[in-house]
Amino acid sequence: MTDTLTPVLTDNWDADRAWTLASYEERGGYAALDKAFAMTPDDVISTVKDSGLRGRGGAGFPTGMKWGFIPQDNPRPKYLVVNADESEPGTCKDIPLMMASPHTLVEGVIVSSYAIRANTAFIYVRGEVLHVIRRLQRAVQEAYLAGHLGKNIHGSGYDLDLIVHAGAGAYICGEETALLEGLEGRRGQPRLRPPFPAVAGLYASPTVINNVESIASVPSIITNGAGWFAGMGTEKSNGFGIFSLSGHVTRPGQYEAPLGITLRELIDLAGGMREGHELKFWTPGGSSTPLLTPEHLDVPLDFESVGAAGSMLGTRALQLFDETTCVVRAVLRWTEFYKHESCGKCTPCREGTWWLTQTLARLEKGQGDEADLDLLLDQCDNILGRSFCALGDGATSPISSSIQHFRDEYLAHLTHGGCPFDPAASTAFAPVGASA
Amino acid sequence: MTSDINGAESLERAGLDETTWAELREIADRYPEKRSGLLPMLHLVQSVEGRVTPEGIEACAEILGISAAEVNGVATFYTMYKRKPVGDYHVGVCTNTLCAVMGGDLIFERLKDHLDVGNDETTEDGKITLEHVECNAACDYAPVMMVNWEFMDNQTPESAVQVVDDLRAGREVHSTRGPRLCTWREAERVLAGFPDDRADEGPAAGPASLAGLSIARERGWTAGAASDRAEGESK
Ligand SMILES: Cc1cc2nc3c(=O)[nH]c(=O)nc-3n(C[C@H](O)[C@H](O)[C@H](O)COP(=O)(O)O)c2cc1C
Ligand code: SF4
Ligand code: FES
Repeated sequence: MTDTLTPVLTDNWDADRAWTLASYEERGGYAALDKAFAMTPDDVISTVKDSGLRGRGGAGFPTGMKWGFIPQDNPRPKYLVVNADESEPGTCKDIPLMMASPHTLVEGVIVSSYAIRANTAFIYVRGEVLHVIRRLQRAVQEAYLAGHLGKNIHGSGYDLDLIVHAGAGAYICGEETALLEGLEGRRGQPRLRPPFPAVAGLYASPTVINNVESIASVPSIITNGAGWFAGMGTEKSNGFGIFSLSGHVTRPGQYEAPLGITLRELIDLAGGMREGHELKFWTPGGSSTPLLTPEHLDVPLDFESVGAAGSMLGTRALQLFDETTCVVRAVLRWTEFYKHESCGKCTPCREGTWWLTQTLARLEKGQGDEADLDLLLDQCDNILGRSFCALGDGATSPISSSIQHFRDEYLAHLTHGGCPFDPAASTAFAPVGASA
Repeated sequence: MTSDINGAESLERAGLDETTWAELREIADRYPEKRSGLLPMLHLVQSVEGRVTPEGIEACAEILGISAAEVNGVATFYTMYKRKPVGDYHVGVCTNTLCAVMGGDLIFERLKDHLDVGNDETTEDGKITLEHVECNAACDYAPVMMVNWEFMDNQTPESAVQVVDDLRAGREVHSTRGPRLCTWREAERVLAGFPDDRADEGPAAGPASLAGLSIARERGWTAGAASDRAEGESK
């Protein structure tokens, strides 16, 4: 039996000065290094494979398998790049992790780099989180001084340099090839694949790109074993993950649990929806994952089950909206976001997100007619699967799913001649009991 | 490639002081390939110049051996780089969906009104630049406001007005889960990779970050250790 919540990555966040090396080491931090160095790099990769760890950045690709794709006979240097861009609307787990315990990530970087035989690693962190960047810079500095980074780490003969790199504001740089462009000092536009980064990534060299939480999970797997990790979660979605609850719930925040927990259980732990209100719609994994409704409260939050329910587990960014929220307003705002963040490289996304915004804005004002809903779905059809990267696909998710579940609410805007909701009622500072 | 002598000449041309030139080069040298330094170099330009200036662009281009047009193309791609001078405090109100619904829209409206500026504009006293920003990875603290990219969690229109009033009056303001606020230029310097001394200020985590952990503590829930769980135990 596994406990309902399983703090591993979050376990030291309440420790005194948790971000410091002293606090981290006092709890056994950096012990995974010696254990890893006593293994061959290939054995470290096998352990991560056996654990069943799947990428925590959204797509759920098996991490150990990704590492195994690095061609070790390629004479070029190998690189590890940590994706700390965390900009998918609703996603808010990596930032508190790096703020509270940057050393968990640094330790993970060292073990992971050792496994793929990289001697240089990068943390690409979004620029808009100043204090998190300070904590990362300090952690890296402390790790160097303590001999966890640099030359001949722990006397193992293994060398690693780690560079903290601040981005400059661009959601698309979370897409791994756009991130590499940013890291090479260019406009963040995705690259054509193949070649995949594992073969030709940063500086055309073999590169592994992993999410913060994926890499931060590695030390615990090395310390406790693949079986320990695989013993949590569901059949094909092993281990634990941080579930981020936000919105109209009594206690929003971070809840670390085995994959497969349900939203019903999580809301229950979080003290229920805010008083006097009920859940209307939610995102399972950020705004790019199709909206779900209360009908889906008992869907196990693992990769397979959420997929079967018509959405995606994504980043476990559970944004919860109650009945005071206008779904059309919500979707319009996300669509404006995609339009703003479209990198402009391909026509379906660049033009398509513009058209989507126009059509939606008209509907939200109560203008246009029912045929506009079909127009929207048509426009989505022209973007989904035809865009150069997944940003375009993601832009269609809120629209098509909201029309599927809330067609009547769109129509209500037309009959009402505008939005029938009072925006004040949905705010966190609305008087208790206010309703739309 | 730039020789020392050319470097000295460009120093005249580009109007940045010698320290800045040296620091820009230092950033480029951190990377296996110099051009990787461009994003942090532009952050440094902003910290010195208060925005991305033509002089700053020239300097980056010269150090990296690329054209000014290329640097410009990068500078215009990323939203944190500003063409117009930014005030001492950049105030960003999150108006992405979740924060907007939770009150971000009302906060942004109130601040525009109170400061008498529009989006991406600076108050006459040069203190505050107001902008609406996208999701800043703090949705569990909605509605969120960022001041010089520090978290101001769980805001209301009133608390937001108080923050900007305090800043304009020169009173010390703290991030709700971070340090004393520095100026925008000082913040840009940290982003360029020159740390200040504030890493140890503020808590490890805010209350929402600890929501699940507190429950686990109360109920004695853990992920167990290797010894508690047989290898390959069925789920
Ligand atoms: C538009 C877009 C934004 C993304 N943003 C992020 C992000 O902020 N962080 C992240 O880890 N992955 C993000 N991803 C996914 C990455 O491309 C990549 O799959 C991931 O970093 C791989 O790491 P993982 O296997 O450890 O999950 C994004 C993808 C797209 C298409
Ligand atoms: S889908 Fe959008 S973000 Fe992706 S490459 Fe095309 S224009 Fe750029
Ligand atoms: S929506 Fe505002 S911080 Fe995420």
